[in-house]
Amino acid sequence: MSYHSPTSVDQAVELLASRDDARPMSGGTDLLVQMRSGRLKPGAIVDIKGIDRAVGSRAQDGGFVIGAATPCTELLDDAALCAAWPGVVEAANLIGSVQVRNRATIGGNLCNASPAADSVPALIAAGARAVVAGPQGERIVAVEDLLAGPGWTTLGKGEFVLEFILPVREPGSADAYLRSIPRTEMDIAVVGAGINLSCDASGTITAARVALGAVAPTALLVPDAGAALIGSKLDEAALTAMGEAAKAACRPIDDKRGTIDYRIAMSAVYARRAAVIAYNRSRETL
Amino acid sequence: MTKQDQIATTEHRIVGTRPVRPDGADKVTGKAVYGADFYLPGMLRGAILRSPHAHARIVSIDTRKAEALAGVKAVATNADFPRVEMDEIDAGEAGINVDRAAQMCLARDKVFYEGQPVVAVAATSPEIATAALDLIEVRYEVLPHVIEIADAMRSDAPVLHDDLDAKGPSNIAARLDSSTGDAEAALATADVVATGRYTTQAVHQGYIEPQACVASVSGDGQAQLWCSSQGAFMVRSVVAAITGMNLADLRVTPLEIGGGFGGKTTVYLEPVATILSKKSGRPVKMVLSRDEVFRSTGPGPGAEIDIRLGATKDGILTAAIVDMRYQVGAFPGAGAGAGVMHALGGYRIEHKRVTGCDVVSNMPSTHAYRAPSAPQAEFAVECAIDDIARQLGMDPIALREKNAVRAGDTSFSGTPHGQIAFMETLAAAKGHDHYSAPLGPNQGRGIAAGWWVNHGGESTAMISIAEDGTAVVATGNPDIGGSRASMAMMAAEVLQIPMVKVRPIVADTASIGFSMLTGGSRTTFATGKAVSEAAAEVVEILKARAAMIWGVDASRVEWRDGEAHCLADGRDEAPLGIKEIASKASKTGGPISVEKSVYPHDAMPTYAVHICDVELDPETGHVGVTRYTAIQDVGRAVHPSYVEGQAQGGAVQGIGWALNEAYTFNKEGRVDNAGFLDYRMPVASDLPMIDTLLVEIPHPTHPFGVKGVGEVPIVPPLAAVANAVSAAAGMRMFDLPMTPARIHAALNAAG
Ligand SMILES: Cc1cc2nc3c(=O)[nH]c(=O)nc-3n(C[C@H](O)[C@H](O)[C@H](O)COP(=O)(O)OP(=O)(O)OC[C@H]3O[C@@H](n4cnc5c(N)ncnc54)[C@H](O)[C@@H]3O)c2cc1C
Repeated sequence: MSYHSPTSVDQAVELLASRDDARPMSGGTDLLVQMRSGRLKPGAIVDIKGIDRAVGSRAQDGGFVIGAATPCTELLDDAALCAAWPGVVEAANLIGSVQVRNRATIGGNLCNASPAADSVPALIAAGARAVVAGPQGERIVAVEDLLAGPGWTTLGKGEFVLEFILPVREPGSADAYLRSIPRTEMDIAVVGAGINLSCDASGTITAARVALGAVAPTALLVPDAGAALIGSKLDEAALTAMGEAAKAACRPIDDKRGTIDYRIAMSAVYARRAAVIAYNRSRETL
Repeated sequence: MTKQDQIATTEHRIVGTRPVRPDGADKVTGKAVYGADFYLPGMLRGAILRSPHAHARIVSIDTRKAEALAGVKAVATNADFPRVEMDEIDAGEAGINVDRAAQMCLARDKVFYEGQPVVAVAATSPEIATAALDLIEVRYEVLPHVIEIADAMRSDAPVLHDDLDAKGPSNIAARLDSSTGDAEAALATADVVATGRYTTQAVHQGYIEPQACVASVSGDGQAQLWCSSQGAFMVRSVVAAITGMNLADLRVTPLEIGGGFGGKTTVYLEPVATILSKKSGRPVKMVLSRDEVFRSTGPGPGAEIDIRLGATKDGILTAAIVDMRYQVGAFPGAGAGAGVMHALGGYRIEHKRVTGCDVVSNMPSTHAYRAPSAPQAEFAVECAIDDIARQLGMDPIALREKNAVRAGDTSFSGTPHGQIAFMETLAAAKGHDHYSAPLGPNQGRGIAAGWWVNHGGESTAMISIAEDGTAVVATGNPDIGGSRASMAMMAAEVLQIPMVKVRPIVADTASIGFSMLTGGSRTTFATGKAVSEAAAEVVEILKARAAMIWGVDASRVEWRDGEAHCLADGRDEAPLGIKEIASKASKTGGPISVEKSVYPHDAMPTYAVHICDVELDPETGHVGVTRYTAIQDVGRAVHPSYVEGQAQGGAVQGIGWALNEAYTFNKEGRVDNAGFLDYRMPVASDLPMIDTLLVEIPHPTHPFGVKGVGEVPIVPPLAAVANAVSAAAGMRMFDLPMTPARIHAALNAAG
């Protein structure tokens, strides 16, 4: 096995394209663990942390860009990002423990493609897009369109995620992410719920996106759930309708982390709770 | 903040204080040598091929390709062990069956659980050893498997062993029955009866250090082992029995141990490493991975317990029928025995029938886990008592006080109890401010009591005084909970010298007399007694030497403040300190050294009462422990911080059993959660600080009043948490662990 630490996007793409068993690495908190357990035997590791654009967060065109290999804890240092996208930042900072998060990244979280990945529902709710670099140059893809199934993305040979783009933030907008785990940390989500919404000065919701994790083969964007909130002031009827839409979208499995029934029931509970948090936050930005 | 109140006063200078532990510096700086830290020149690395099946017959094993791989120096199977016929050796709290222990090291003709070792390889590197495993061909005839107690007891269940049940082939390994009076009749006339079927799951000790050892067998048949265990003498007896060696030819050196909790009172690796070393002529190192620990080492058993408990309307418990089935794993292991003994042993109940059986099934053979088998049984009883209290509208502590055993009552062994302290412990709990603190919405409070018998056992201690007057205290007990500190403190107290002048060590099996393993909450009690008595003999020698120097009769010398004082009439001698006496030892008779072996049989049971507050999220079923207080009868706390640590650690482990810990098996009977991510022990953020209150009623016949403290704190938490959750939920919870999903389902079913 060989290890490479390219400093340019082109080098990275070339290395990744040069062999079928090359793997990009960001924090390595999934990759190295899977290698140790014998589940994965890559022939080459292409560590992308040496590429400038792949690390750090910055304001761009009124929105934000986050390098795909930025450690989750580093996001906490970007005050403007935390104010604009508290849900994305809190989702990334629920992963593992502080030690894990000092390495773990949202790029790795997305591309590891676990149905339970914590930052992914928050990114989808946020309307985040990924900048994908590859042999054909760069392309921009909605995060939800990168997910193919458990452990699978739609990335092609030689491609990797370089950056994430978070949209321009209007006043009255906020997001939130909550997850259900049996303990208080160091667990994998049984259900995750990301909510991003905007409201007008009267408190009426004008836009809403709801995304769920761990209830289907990939994280899900649930348009019906978002639609149920729009036009409401987050009254009980809207919350109930959103919860029902969330439940209807779930296609979970029974496993060591949760039962089908529990996951479906919790999708509504956590979506409701996250919606309340996002709504209260959005009112504070007005 | 931990409450550090202690009932009782201190009349000692060192015992009862909180000095820095003598083994602390190396541990916090990473210098301490644990099992996996030990290296020898020329050492090989061992690896184990394990059964992928939960139950299968081994048809054939072909190791030729592995043996041919460059770098492979030895391959071993069960055939390399001399065959022993079902011999029990007295090596733990319960005996160890040599033949079965050997099969848990390397399987013979059948595998009984996924992960059971089948073939072992030693090679010049871990990578070669692992590669060699891939070259071994084992053919299996897969058999149907069974895991759960009820399934294993069915008449059509696959039977693991033909020879366990005297009544004909079944998975029932033992049946126990203990009755007094006419329980059925007394229940029929009871004013109130609490009934329930309680279940608990198999639970792993979760020690942070996986098993590890280095074995080195010499050409002349002598051998050495360096390993982390709860008893080097236990390792010596089991390894010698399995490999067919003379005990004196095997020297076992204990390394630092990173937790055991009963799980390291047997061996899994050492006989394998020894055989590989014997075959290769080289030292062999073996280290388990966490995955292997979960799949192949013995957890504590799960249990299914039916109880009917009856009382008068005044709260006098009159009758109880308890029937228990323990899930002991692939071979009879930690079973119902101690459960039968402990279930009702804390209370005066006139009419009782306690029955139990051990049920084998296709999971790792269970082994001791802290107060082995008592938490399960007492969980059911303490929940039932809580139900009686609720039915009678009586305070649950007051109800226990009415029925608690006390001095003079007949104990389980038939002899009367001595000055036991259950009543004092209950009173301390009742008076604790936690017990009357207000609760918020969705909160519930539970209390539960628990007791544990505690062991005495054989111990040896050796104290030698160096020429400069400092002392080395050697014992044969691995230090799993701060025992070196306690040994040094007791020795320093008797010698009346500062603790820093006393250096405690754990000696190897060739360097000190026999000592039973560290377990049964016995070490500070029994080994502490050996140390105290050895120190007292050292004082006598010191006095005799001073008398010789002064030319007076030894009876005219007094040992005070660490110095000899001359009391002889008309003599005005300056006192002689230990340093002066020791420096003249060669002129007054030679080395000052005492080895003392003891075998005390007067260990006393101890009692604990825990108070637990929880907050329930009714929408999600999540339970948060908001406040927890462990009140415990400790005899005398030699080092109170370590005694509090035992109470806290036991409480946390028990909370883990209560809330989240369980094995999950897939359809093929393979463990699906062999790691700390999905085998959910509590993490630090799950819990509040566990408050402790030590009740000190000294043991009347121990030099320092010590009683065993390490095990009883894991007994009450199961019921304390269950009673608290039941109070918050407004309905009885019978099944552990009380996971969010399970509580959510129960609340929903109740509407
Ligand atoms: C103890 C522990 C606890 C954990 N807890 C959680 C948790 O609570 N929630 C959670 O969601 N996850 C958890 N994880 C999983 C893991 O930490 C996260 O998924 C993390 O975000 C992965 O990021 P990484 O940078 O370390 O990924 P890596 O390990 O570097 O990569 C993960 C995968 O993505 C690929 N990859 C990495 N970067 C890119 C890229 N830029 N473009 C294309 N492919 C890429 C890699 O080839 C690999 O297949 C935990 C892991 C551990 C060890």
